[in-house]
Amino acid sequence: MAKLGPAHYSPYPVAVYEGVLTPPKGKALMFTEIVDEEIAMREAAKAMLTRENATIFPGPQVLYAWNEEAKEKAKLIREMAEVLNAKIIPMYDYRPKYPKIDPEVEINPNHPNLTIWHNKIKACIFIGVHCHYANVALKIIRSETDCFTIAMCSQAGHEDAMITLRDQHVEEIEKFIEVAKEVKKELGIS
Amino acid sequence: MAYKIYKVNEEFRDIVPQEVIDLEEKATWGNPKRGVMDLPVSKELLEEHSLCAGCPESAAIRYILASLPNPEDTIIVNSTGCTSLVFPHISLHTVHSLFGNQNSVASGIKRVLEWRFPDKVKDVVVLAGDGATVDIGLDYTLQSFFRQEKITTICFDNEVYANTGGQESGLTPKGHVFKMAPKGKQFEKVPMWQLAIDSGCHYVARLTVSSPKKVERVIKEAIYVAREVGPTYIHLYTPCILEIGLNSDDGLDEMRSRDKERFAFFEYKTPEAEEVIAKYKAEGLL
Repeated sequence: MAKLGPAHYSPYPVAVYEGVLTPPKGKALMFTEIVDEEIAMREAAKAMLTRENATIFPGPQVLYAWNEEAKEKAKLIREMAEVLNAKIIPMYDYRPKYPKIDPEVEINPNHPNLTIWHNKIKACIFIGVHCHYANVALKIIRSETDCFTIAMCSQAGHEDAMITLRDQHVEEIEKFIEVAKEVKKELGIS
Repeated sequence: MAYKIYKVNEEFRDIVPQEVIDLEEKATWGNPKRGVMDLPVSKELLEEHSLCAGCPESAAIRYILASLPNPEDTIIVNSTGCTSLVFPHISLHTVHSLFGNQNSVASGIKRVLEWRFPDKVKDVVVLAGDGATVDIGLDYTLQSFFRQEKITTICFDNEVYANTGGQESGLTPKGHVFKMAPKGKQFEKVPMWQLAIDSGCHYVARLTVSSPKKVERVIKEAIYVAREVGPTYIHLYTPCILEIGLNSDDGLDEMRSRDKERFAFFEYKTPEAEEVIAKYKAEGLL
């Protein structure tokens, strides 16, 4: 993504309009640059460790025990939250909940900015959110907030996130946790 | 699919709201004998809805969701209208089609599911209002009947285009006056249940939702017949209390009064449908 938000609605903040595309296999996207996965992981960990109220938003693909990989990922996300000193707020379904959501305990893809505003979240990781809803939510977040978004996607990634890591499965998440531990040590954060 | 998708990972049980845990622990998955009697003691598949207070349609949806024999493998197709405000809130697979297209979309889904999962039972149920079923989507509705698509079509008949301000629909009775139909309806109510019979439906019922147990029986019979024989059609009276000038607590009385006249219970079954129903009765599922 070209810039951190808030971009507001004019022009509508869609990264592809600015020529930003998802990264090729084996690479990651950091703002507008295609970089090595490890570099992006280090920057993602740094953002999560240094920005206020860092939060992980796990989606249905990892919240529910629908296959073995999901169970494994759930354990790793818990560990990741511990390493990054991050909160976890679930996106447990995609219902457009009106008239209100409880932003303390949930994030909804149809108005994710409410949770981010309420909790003053300045960095977040999307993981296990189905791509079409991640795309919607990431656009709204960039439009309405200054939150630094990181997408850990098991498929092709999301160009609307500030950092997008693609093909993230158990092995890659383990690698990210190791990278985060190193960064944390370098930054002298306990 | 299995209801495993509702099982929350151990690691996240402390952070998801109770309603999600309840969906796993207290909803009636995997039990074809589930029904409206479970409503007070089990987790409903509808957490909340955005219909008007006292709307009979919301009662109808609750009864229908409680009566589905196979909710974890049921796909609901809906269309534009008051009901479309509800479907994003239910915990089942739903597909919102274009206004009127619902039976075409459902036909495609059913055919693909039969091809993709030949060994599994997958029910496809259309839930749409009178505008979508009888006006805008009449062609598609009848075509799905002619083609003997194995789907259940449920029409919520409130006899008016309610959420757009009260225009008459094909199902408005002759002479009825609405805010945006000041001259009164000029022609008779379309006898949709009769069209369904003439078009090849194997099970047709017309009723109000004043009796939850009756709604449950009709829904189950229609779904079982659709599963094994062919198209089925249920016509439910769910009055729009606002558009006919009633209070929030008047819906039930309105339906009960119509039970005795134009929505008197009516049921039609072909011999093949009778056979299927008898089989499921013998299995204790009806």
